Amino acid sequence: MKGVSTIMEEKQLRLTLQRLAHELIENHFPFEDTCLIGIQPRGIAISDYIYQYIKEIHPDVNIPYGKLDITFYRDDFRGQIHLPNITDLTFSIEKKNVILIDDVLYTGRTIRAAMDALLDHGRAKKVELCILVDRKFSRELPIHPDFVGKSIDSIVTQKVKVYWGDEKKVILYESV
Amino acid sequence: MQLSTKHLLGIRDLHPKDIQLILDTAKQFKEVLQRPIKKVPSLRDITIVNLFYENSTRTRISFELAEKRLSADTINFSASGSSVSKGETLLDTVNNILSMKVDMVVMRHSATGAPHFLAQHIPAAIVNAGDGINEHPTQALLDAFSIQEKLGVLKGKKVAIIGDIMHSRVALSNIYLLTKMGAEVTVAGPPTLIPKYLKDSFGIHVTYNVREALEWCDVANVLRIQLERQNQVLFSSLREYNRAYGITKPLLSSLQKDIIIMHPGPINRGVELDSDVADSGQSIILDQVENGVAVRMAVLYLLSGRKEANN
Repeated sequence: MKGVSTIMEEKQLRLTLQRLAHELIENHFPFEDTCLIGIQPRGIAISDYIYQYIKEIHPDVNIPYGKLDITFYRDDFRGQIHLPNITDLTFSIEKKNVILIDDVLYTGRTIRAAMDALLDHGRAKKVELCILVDRKFSRELPIHPDFVGKSIDSIVTQKVKVYWGDEKKVILYESV
Repeated sequence: MQLSTKHLLGIRDLHPKDIQLILDTAKQFKEVLQRPIKKVPSLRDITIVNLFYENSTRTRISFELAEKRLSADTINFSASGSSVSKGETLLDTVNNILSMKVDMVVMRHSATGAPHFLAQHIPAAIVNAGDGINEHPTQALLDAFSIQEKLGVLKGKKVAIIGDIMHSRVALSNIYLLTKMGAEVTVAGPPTLIPKYLKDSFGIHVTYNVREALEWCDVANVLRIQLERQNQVLFSSLREYNRAYGITKPLLSSLQKDIIIMHPGPINRGVELDSDVADSGQSIILDQVENGVAVRMAVLYLLSGRKEANN
């Protein structure tokens, strides 16, 4: 990997995710008719953490939490087949506030696909977007996040990667 | 990750990795089929023709439903009532349809090798929905999917294929698939309906005793007696066949274990399978039909991704 720079170390990453969780609590407590949905595959680590964190602070609130796979809704699947992941939505989103959670917001195409996928599960009252890293000025569709962990400036040849294994961090690197 | 093949002509040409990929993808499509809106837009830019030169209920409806659930445009063609009766050749018919910008062909034909012939001459992706007495790959895939769903894995499982092995494309595709995926296979039926070479070419067990096969197996896949393909007397009467080779409730109850009963349909009730067996709790015949849609969606989805490579 060339031109690697660390955007967030583990400590800051956790703080940022906790702040996002608090923002969700501030806006949506006590989470009546509100559900969290992580986008497969890479949004899940983020949404798992946020969901667990909210549950720790408010153990008695019951928030529906699901995982959404958008593979079949992509607009770029010809040429390269993307393997589907598991969609795990055991509740109806009809008339609910849905908070979509993903790791990086770049062109906006994933979120476009996610909104299409959501429509097939019912008509949500409102859909909001919670993002860990927002690569601003690079949108190809009119999509804007409601909750942002960190905004960064980046160029087309760069990529953002979130590590959430033994080592937790967010890096920016040159892809060519 | 994609299939190593452009067409699905038979299980014979498939790599075990391809089979696993199809089965894994089908699992996700099965989830789609449980949703309130059972449809995804993946193939909205694809047109598929269902070319049926032979009768079919399940396969045809299943394919059509799979195509619609994927948002593909579909055209249905059946040989009866078409210009085939005026003498148009297979290749002419297909080329005429393809010139109307069709991307994929799902095809059933009574001649063995018909889809393989087409694959050499046309650019569209071809899915074999049964050719003569050769193969019926999507049926074998959905059988495997149903076994996997019930028993967890295919590897090491014992599957008995019982009945008219000689005329059954389902049997051949199943034997290819199960042996490739590491399952053990026994075929059972009357000697006149089991080809001689099976044992040597596939290394599977052959028995003429249905009871023995049932006692050995975890899953019994019972096949239909294909009277329409038999032009000589291979057993004396259906009643006698039922007595010697049919699966009856007393026979099933006398086994020491609960085996799973499968049948690709249509069932000859009272011949190869008695009604109280076909409708029992051990039978997963209707699950097979349900899984068929998910498996065919997976096949069409995975093959359609190669569109750009063709053009």
